[in-house]
Amino acid sequence: MAKKEYAFYPGCSSQKGASSSNYLTSVQTMCKTLDIGLTEIPDWNCCGASIGYAEGGELPRLALSGRNLALAEKYLPGLDVVATCAACWLGTREAKERLEHSDVLMRDTQIALKEAGLNITVIPEVRHMAEVLIEDFGYEALTKPVVKGLDGLKFAGYVGCQTNRPFGIDGESYENPKYLDKLVESLGGEAVKYDQKVTCCGGALAFSEPEKAHAQIKDIVESAYDGGADMIVTPCPLCQANVELYQGAINKKYGTKFNIPVLYYSQIMSVAYGSSAKEAALNGNVIRAKQLEALAGK
Amino acid sequence: MSVNNTEMAVRYKNNFLKELEDQAEMGDWIKMCMQCGVCAGSCPTNFHSGWDHPPQEIFMMVRAGRREEVLTSNSMWMCTSCYNCYVRCPRKLPITHIMHGIANYAHRLGVAPKLQPTRNFGKIFWNNAAKTGRVNEVMLTVDLYFRNAEGKFDLIGGIKKALEMQSVAIGLVKAGRLNPLELFGGHKCKDQKGLQSMLKKARELEETRKALKAA
Repeated sequence: MAKKEYAFYPGCSSQKGASSSNYLTSVQTMCKTLDIGLTEIPDWNCCGASIGYAEGGELPRLALSGRNLALAEKYLPGLDVVATCAACWLGTREAKERLEHSDVLMRDTQIALKEAGLNITVIPEVRHMAEVLIEDFGYEALTKPVVKGLDGLKFAGYVGCQTNRPFGIDGESYENPKYLDKLVESLGGEAVKYDQKVTCCGGALAFSEPEKAHAQIKDIVESAYDGGADMIVTPCPLCQANVELYQGAINKKYGTKFNIPVLYYSQIMSVAYGSSAKEAALNGNVIRAKQLEALAGK
Repeated sequence: MSVNNTEMAVRYKNNFLKELEDQAEMGDWIKMCMQCGVCAGSCPTNFHSGWDHPPQEIFMMVRAGRREEVLTSNSMWMCTSCYNCYVRCPRKLPITHIMHGIANYAHRLGVAPKLQPTRNFGKIFWNNAAKTGRVNEVMLTVDLYFRNAEGKFDLIGGIKKALEMQSVAIGLVKAGRLNPLELFGGHKCKDQKGLQSMLKKARELEETRKALKAA
């Protein structure tokens, strides 16, 4: 029995061969060290993401989240639901709020869920992994397993949008959340000051209107460089992908020379906890984090 | 799924605000806007070209009954879902969701801009996710690149876009984050039958509830 147990909602992008599969690998490594037990919600489905609004409508979206919550309640009773993806967390937590505050939406969602043989009685708490780390463990406990301090490495803690707004981590401000910086510091790294910490990466518009998203990503990366960062670190799969993958296109368009690695907090934690580069899924980064790879190989 | 635009315009004659209160998600918040413009100043896409109206203008236009202008506007489709406006609004309007709600209603009425790329992508995304219960990222990209804004298959355009994105794709495949085999079926939920009938029922219930309001 692990120290803490959760009902795990990994989300579509974390699946094998998908765009944030390296996030999942590093989360599993990190959780092993911290003795966090993650049991996947059986047969979970997509949260609908934010962009689902166009075609989805409200009730079908609530039904999707409702199904995950009902499955968690049925198969993993008493456990908090933990998501690693910002959009999964936001969508599911928002669904919980709407269902708990509206009898009509709850009634209709229950009728829809019945079609899948499911039912909601008490909706579990819905939390982001970053919340779990900070609230259930705390910086001190997260420092304890550090065997390879990230000394001398400079990180731009890129919180982005949906891990920060509208819910965010309790006690943090929307404009300047500190938890990611504190997390970096508790691993021995340096959290640089830069001004685009909570700027939007463009989200789904990176697909539909890339030139708008690229302009935003350019601001973020430029500001991270200006702050003196060696790497960017983030808690969100879409932030990670957008900020990492389009640096080439931005260089082409703007004549910049961006080539800064973008990592997940779980990757830098895994390295600090003494895991191998492979366990930290550093091979999953398109722009490789050579300094971290060297540290992990020591 | 579609709602008849003319019928709705007649039904809610001269009361577009009431129409959105009944028919658009979170529409009942619109009247709370006090026109301060913090949403406009907080929006990342407001600073790009091609934006018709910031949220507070849309809200005032709704109250002024400028139905067609609002519904055919590209403004709502500029939303990146960053929630900046949402957390900064001094009247606590869930602006992100209101914009999504108006966009969704315009889409259902069939009057949203046809060539709007985010409308198109939103549709592709939902259909992709709802098909098996889990997103197939390869098919998502294929549908995005190889279909034009009207949904028709476009080989030449697709190849052009794919070539532009070639280095990104190769990088992802090498990193194990893009699996071309997903073209032939990817991850999916086991309970397909339950999932599909649940979604169908949810859609039916929502349509019935909204139709009753318009009755």
